[in-house]
Amino acid sequence: MVRRLPPKDVVIVGLGWTGSILALELARAGLEVVALERGPWRDTATDFNIGTTPDELRYSIRHELFLRPRQETVTMRNTPDQLALPIRRWGSFLPGNGVGGAGVHWNGQTWRFLPNDFKIRSNTIARYGDKALPDGNHIQDWPVTYEELEPYYDRFEYVAGISGKAGNLKGATQPGGNPFEGARAREYPTKPLTQGYAQDLFTKAATERGLHPFPRPSANISEPYTNPYGCRMAPCTFCGFCERFGCANYSKSSPQTCVLPALMREPLFEARTECEVTKVNLSGDGKHATGVTYVDSQGQEWEQPGELVILCAFSFFNVRLMLLSGIGQPYDRDRDEGVVGRNYAYQSAGGSTAFFENVNFNPFAAAGSLGAAVDDYNSDNFDHTNLGFVGGASITCAYTNGRPILYRPVPPGTPTWGSAWKRAVKDNYQKVTSVGAQGSVMSYRDCFLDLDPTYKDPLGRPLLRMTFDYKNNERKLSDWMSDRCDEIIRAMGAKTTQKTPIRGPWSVIPYQTTHNTGGAIMGDDPKTSALNRYLQSWDVPNVFVMGASAFPQNAGYNPTGTVGALTYWALDAIRDRYLKSPGPLVQA
Amino acid sequence: MKRLLLLAALLAGAARPAWAVPDEYVQIERGRALATAGDCIACHTPGGRPSFSGGRAIETPFGVIRSANLTPDAETGIGAWSADDFYRAMHQGRRPDGTHLYPAFPYPYYTKVTRADTDAIYAFLRTLPPVRNPVDRNALPFPFDIRASLIAWNAINFTPGEWQPDPARSAEYNRGAYLVDGLGHCGACHTPMNLIGGSKDSEYLQGNQIQSWIAPNITGDQLVGLGSWSVDDIVEYLRTGRNAKTQATGPMGEVIEASTSHMPDADLRAIAAYLKERGAAGPTAPAPLAADDARMTAGRSIFTDTCKACHVEAGTGIPFLFPSLAGSQNVQQTDPTTLIRVVVSGTKAAQTGAAPTGPAMPALGWRLGDDQVAAVLTYIRNSWGNRAPPVSAGDVASVRKSVARASGTPN
Repeated sequence: MVRRLPPKDVVIVGLGWTGSILALELARAGLEVVALERGPWRDTATDFNIGTTPDELRYSIRHELFLRPRQETVTMRNTPDQLALPIRRWGSFLPGNGVGGAGVHWNGQTWRFLPNDFKIRSNTIARYGDKALPDGNHIQDWPVTYEELEPYYDRFEYVAGISGKAGNLKGATQPGGNPFEGARAREYPTKPLTQGYAQDLFTKAATERGLHPFPRPSANISEPYTNPYGCRMAPCTFCGFCERFGCANYSKSSPQTCVLPALMREPLFEARTECEVTKVNLSGDGKHATGVTYVDSQGQEWEQPGELVILCAFSFFNVRLMLLSGIGQPYDRDRDEGVVGRNYAYQSAGGSTAFFENVNFNPFAAAGSLGAAVDDYNSDNFDHTNLGFVGGASITCAYTNGRPILYRPVPPGTPTWGSAWKRAVKDNYQKVTSVGAQGSVMSYRDCFLDLDPTYKDPLGRPLLRMTFDYKNNERKLSDWMSDRCDEIIRAMGAKTTQKTPIRGPWSVIPYQTTHNTGGAIMGDDPKTSALNRYLQSWDVPNVFVMGASAFPQNAGYNPTGTVGALTYWALDAIRDRYLKSPGPLVQA
Repeated sequence: MKRLLLLAALLAGAARPAWAVPDEYVQIERGRALATAGDCIACHTPGGRPSFSGGRAIETPFGVIRSANLTPDAETGIGAWSADDFYRAMHQGRRPDGTHLYPAFPYPYYTKVTRADTDAIYAFLRTLPPVRNPVDRNALPFPFDIRASLIAWNAINFTPGEWQPDPARSAEYNRGAYLVDGLGHCGACHTPMNLIGGSKDSEYLQGNQIQSWIAPNITGDQLVGLGSWSVDDIVEYLRTGRNAKTQATGPMGEVIEASTSHMPDADLRAIAAYLKERGAAGPTAPAPLAADDARMTAGRSIFTDTCKACHVEAGTGIPFLFPSLAGSQNVQQTDPTTLIRVVVSGTKAAQTGAAPTGPAMPALGWRLGDDQVAAVLTYIRNSWGNRAPPVSAGDVASVRKSVARASGTPN
């Protein structure tokens, strides 16, 4: 039996970065806010003890911080004519679970997308013509510009204490920063991380090749910092336990370090953990959300009425909840219409790895965002004429970790076990570095999310099905970027190198990246987007949907900086406009 | 605040004409602020129960005493008390019927509070919702259960009398003295006790062990007291729970969370001014151990492996997050109890509105043996200019036992 609870002003689904920021700001605006989180409570002092956190087996191999596939997973196929099968052990990507969400276990690379990324369709057509766009694409301009988002990028970066070096302050190029970035109003809140030997080699080689290297913007921060919420952070100790781990040193920006200490003091806020929202409830005409239904850890079903429902789950699960609740028209690939599930995208990759002689790169002295980068080959910072692809990549020389179980680089041809393998591990641990490209993925008619017709979760609800493979555009991009990476690493002094472009169909098995985007995208046209420019559902105006599910396609960067900026952008729209006059903020 | 105004208006409005409301409001709010300064809520509110409804177990060297219900419930609270009764309890440690209260209720300090102030606290307590919560107030074992024994105790340890200002001192100093020596009852924890639990006046505010924590010396002593703290350092510590040198934790963390972080800055400045000006007293510092002493070299190795990432090589920590060990009063207290328990069991810093991040010191007792804890503490107590007696494995073992006993966990 469903039990009905007293109503709240705001119901937030998922207590990660976006949910905690909105909860804090809306509670401070005087609203009663409840956040429903299906995973456990976690805080730094209790759960990320420095004595126990650097445990690679527990966290990295056994996936302690991630969603249990038994609780919910996704099914996957490469093409629409295949049968999708459920992912039973996470591999390619790692959806988070619990308070803090993916903001707990990320590496911390915190980028702003480039001005061109928001206008990629119209700019590409203007510069290269209609034919430059890949076959079957759904590429769309974003409904916001970089200039509109700049103050919101700024707010997120100052809450998170991001370490970096500005390359463009109010239009003036700054030495040492990224000269291609959009103009920023002020410097990063903290100075860049100290780089290692490999990054120094990269910086020198890239500079000699006429490129423009800079330290990668990092949420593993470089110096003590107090954010605008009064939350405090300590400098990173380069322990190299970032991605897949919670930070025990108060050094990695996360909801735990940057938002929750302030949020949990708010008397108008309540968090309920281990409560899985099963549905957003709609009024009879389907145009108004009345609240949500959720199941607690005892199996009890509750109805939580609310005036405003904000979906702040991981991208997949925002999309699935919309599909299960009937918010917006589901995307239909065959007829190429509908919006929920449309434009799923990911991240492309490429690079070159090399084994050096007589060096000690000390890969264990690492941080999730330690690295030097160049943006000369990102977005439209270079001429795409005759290259056969659109988009670009950020290129980086980085060490995120040198951990004992998974960091075992050996040269090609080494046996995979036995004494020869052991010897090669020992001989090469200090000698390997790589230059990697993290590339954009465009959106296509054939890459999408919908409900699986076969597989269900333990509550009997259909799983989300993803249909995705890299298209020729991304494969050409990956080949071309791998060549550029190879040129740089050779200039760093490598004699033999191994290029690592995309080969074969996209696979769910090896880890690649958890940058799963799209499916509930923002746009100017309700026929091709699920959300308007304020992340508000076109169809149910008291539902807002945060996160990377709103990206029309993905850029050559990690998504969190843009997710944070969109959250503050939506917050201002909700607080300053929606609350004064609830209803659609954009007329369709 | 809106709710409070409404409550005040309702209470006052029921009995009196509307014009009386502002006066009553001011009196109640003054009482609320004074009750906050006295940290009454700390003892009189057990976890999870309504404020001031009593029943919290107070550990004393003589057994556990449960605190009184201060809500205006006629039967189980102080609903039947008059303002005179309340003043008598504060001033003389006696109930309306004349029986003696135990000095776990710090009337030897509260006796200094003025009548006007006790009346305001009384007025505030009358506004609380009455809560029926009968408390067994006589749980002490024989012979301490005989309340008449307090006649003799009072003769030795108690001088009744309201506080008198010192005309030779500034108004700020006098305000600080009134708060520290009276309502704030700082000495109840920070002054060594005699055998029968009375404060040793000759060692006022020179530090004391209580519930396996050290309430440190808060005189102006340079080594173990507040000598190297500025007035601003003290104010920031009391207001936020931390300053650039250190963080509050344990019982003082609770005091800051419930009391001082809600006090006006002027009162905090007065407290700081008084503590800084009233004088210094402390132990003679020992000569530091030599760096090549075996305990020091072992301690240094453990420090490097286990502590240095946060507290850094120079022992200076990270301001506002990881306390400085170099020059720390807590590290150099003669009695190492706090240090041992923090290393063995871990702890968490106070959280306040101004400083919401409450960083934790992890428990290391599960992987450091008694001799290792002793070595690393001996090292930090004798490095970077610090000077304090070495810690022995036996010291560690005994604190481990008492902490385990208090928390009910095996050691």
